[in-house]
Amino acid sequence: MDALYIILTASLFAISCSLLGSFLILRKMAMVGDAISHAVLPGIVIAFLLTGSRDSFDMIIGAALLGVFTTFLIEFFHKRARLQTDAAIGVTFTWLFALGIILISVYAGQVDLDQECVLYGEIAYVPLDLWITDNGQILGPKALYVAAIMLVLNIAFMLSGFRFLHITTFDPAYAASIGISTALWHYLLMGAVSMTTVAAFDSVGAILVVALFVVPPATAYLLTDKLKPMLLIGAAIAVFISIVGYYLAVAIDGSIAGAIVTIAGLVFGIVFILKKKNSVLIRNNYENS
Amino acid sequence: METLRTFFSFSDPNITAVVVGAILLTASSAVVGTFTLLKKKALVGDAVAHAVLPGICLAFLLAGNKNPFLLIIGAFVTGWISLVLIDYITAKSKIKEDTAIALILSVSFGIGILLLTYIQQTGNAAQTGLESFLFGKAAALVGQDLWIFGIVAIILILTVSLFFKELKLIAFDENYAAALGLPVKGLNLLLTSLTVLAVVTGIQAVGVVLMAAMLITPAAAARFWTNDVLTMTVIAALMGAFSGLAGAFVSYTAPTMPTGPWIVMIVSIIALISFFFAPKRGIISKSIEQQRLQFLIMEENLLKELYHLGEIDEDPFKKRTINELIAKRFFPRLPLKSALRRLRRQGFISRKEDGFQLTKEGRTKGKRVVKLHRLWELYLSRYMKIAPDHVHEDAETIEHVITPELEAELERLMDYPELDPHDSKIPY
Repeated sequence: MDALYIILTASLFAISCSLLGSFLILRKMAMVGDAISHAVLPGIVIAFLLTGSRDSFDMIIGAALLGVFTTFLIEFFHKRARLQTDAAIGVTFTWLFALGIILISVYAGQVDLDQECVLYGEIAYVPLDLWITDNGQILGPKALYVAAIMLVLNIAFMLSGFRFLHITTFDPAYAASIGISTALWHYLLMGAVSMTTVAAFDSVGAILVVALFVVPPATAYLLTDKLKPMLLIGAAIAVFISIVGYYLAVAIDGSIAGAIVTIAGLVFGIVFILKKKNSVLIRNNYENS
Repeated sequence: METLRTFFSFSDPNITAVVVGAILLTASSAVVGTFTLLKKKALVGDAVAHAVLPGICLAFLLAGNKNPFLLIIGAFVTGWISLVLIDYITAKSKIKEDTAIALILSVSFGIGILLLTYIQQTGNAAQTGLESFLFGKAAALVGQDLWIFGIVAIILILTVSLFFKELKLIAFDENYAAALGLPVKGLNLLLTSLTVLAVVTGIQAVGVVLMAAMLITPAAAARFWTNDVLTMTVIAALMGAFSGLAGAFVSYTAPTMPTGPWIVMIVSIIALISFFFAPKRGIISKSIEQQRLQFLIMEENLLKELYHLGEIDEDPFKKRTINELIAKRFFPRLPLKSALRRLRRQGFISRKEDGFQLTKEGRTKGKRVVKLHRLWELYLSRYMKIAPDHVHEDAETIEHVITPELEAELERLMDYPELDPHDSKIPY
């Protein structure tokens, strides 16, 4: 039962991340996603100090605001100070992440977070934190519910805004000319990325969540040129790596999140090599004919 | 105060060791970071920093102990592989560089974490302290470690100074460097190796996660103070060294505080101050400069319109009301009023009942702007063969910029022409 809970939670988070990550990749914002995932840390710590718990939705929204603020800061430094984009990203996220770690050290007694957990989370504890109603009925792990709600929210966001996300991603100039605000959809997407990062934080940590954002959609991107198949393939890969990763972690007794990411990297590597062989074959056939 | 004196007296050899170590590590990564930043490859350092972790773990697994020399080699190998992979993925597939960086970064970190947790489970007593690579341990650098990393840091700084000119060239213009006959590939290889080496040593100070800051932040901050690469490198190194020193001091006074994040925090504050307050390039001085230019343009436009009105009525000093001015050219009302106030203070216009009139100085200045405008229009249509109805916009901008030297040159070139392309008289 524990295995099922863990795999299910991981899969749901991984699907959410993969869906959002597809847009990050296509918008050439993969590193912005990386920056957000680091920069929400001080938000999480502050929200934790204020609310005293780490699984309230207030906290997710509070910390997510900091993620949106991060993208705003990056753009501010880029546009107003004329700092090159990569440097703006690098300076902003390391600064906020350092602030988060310092806050954790200062309030070590009050915040139930440690530095390692920040980095790679601990999804193995998911089955321990159960949601129990007042009359004693056990409804299952809390994290599973958080993951499910986040996925529903993300899918709802994608379905309702698909047309707009699609247009602002592929042809921002056209979108602007027909009156769609690219800035609005940019910040909505960043908000969704931040919220998902914060929600998944306990389970997979700040850095491995980046892998979930980037690796499954990048693998899917190798396999297709169309957006909808890319989203679906990405989601399928997300589920696959969660299952295989879990059993790898159990086999060698290591971090589950680390194992999931390792498998994700492996899948990407295999697809990359097969794809390359394939394209060489096609080219050879073409040249022979 | 007492702690400050104890700290800076360096009477405790341990403190001296930590301070020297922290300064060398941070300064050498800042020096290398200057070039990766100028090459617009700042985030590559971040990927290398994460990719170092699996190398350290593998080296430990193979060696069974924490021999710093072996760990450096392991880190160097995987750091290098990560860079090769990023280039390979970007070159051989449609995946863009930023995705490739994020992908390699997160996957290699995931592998590193998997190996690290695996090592921790094995119960090998020697593994304790391996996780200090995650957040650095500048405050605990002693003995052998310090020697090895100190030497690497010195090698880094020496290599950069030896190849300074070549590195500078490939950072700005690879094609030009190749045309000069420089071995661009070899130099890129050198810079890559230096980056990996800087990361491998730098993570001793701040750890894997925050290593990117040591490469990027001092260089980004230094860029705001100078346009010269050598000065920039030196400033970056000093900023890095200062943050290393300050970080070591913080963890000396408060041992529970993590050194790495404090070093990053301090260098980030230096960077933020630079972004805002640096002369010329800083956000504040830039907006002041922008404001000054806007004021200047507004004032010159006003004088020009006053002169135009005078031309039409053939009475250059006639009184004009604010509404008349707005009717002539759409000036926003509030900025117009403050511009009029400024012009009055400078003595270019004077107030008369409910209106304004040009003073003698004001008329001369307005005349000059009109002259420059018309000279430029004529120049464009005569020498650039631009149709007379297309020259106005351009002249509208350039009239505020032309220097007296250029003005004389234009007059001489066109031999003091009478009329502009619209047959308006050019006033002298």
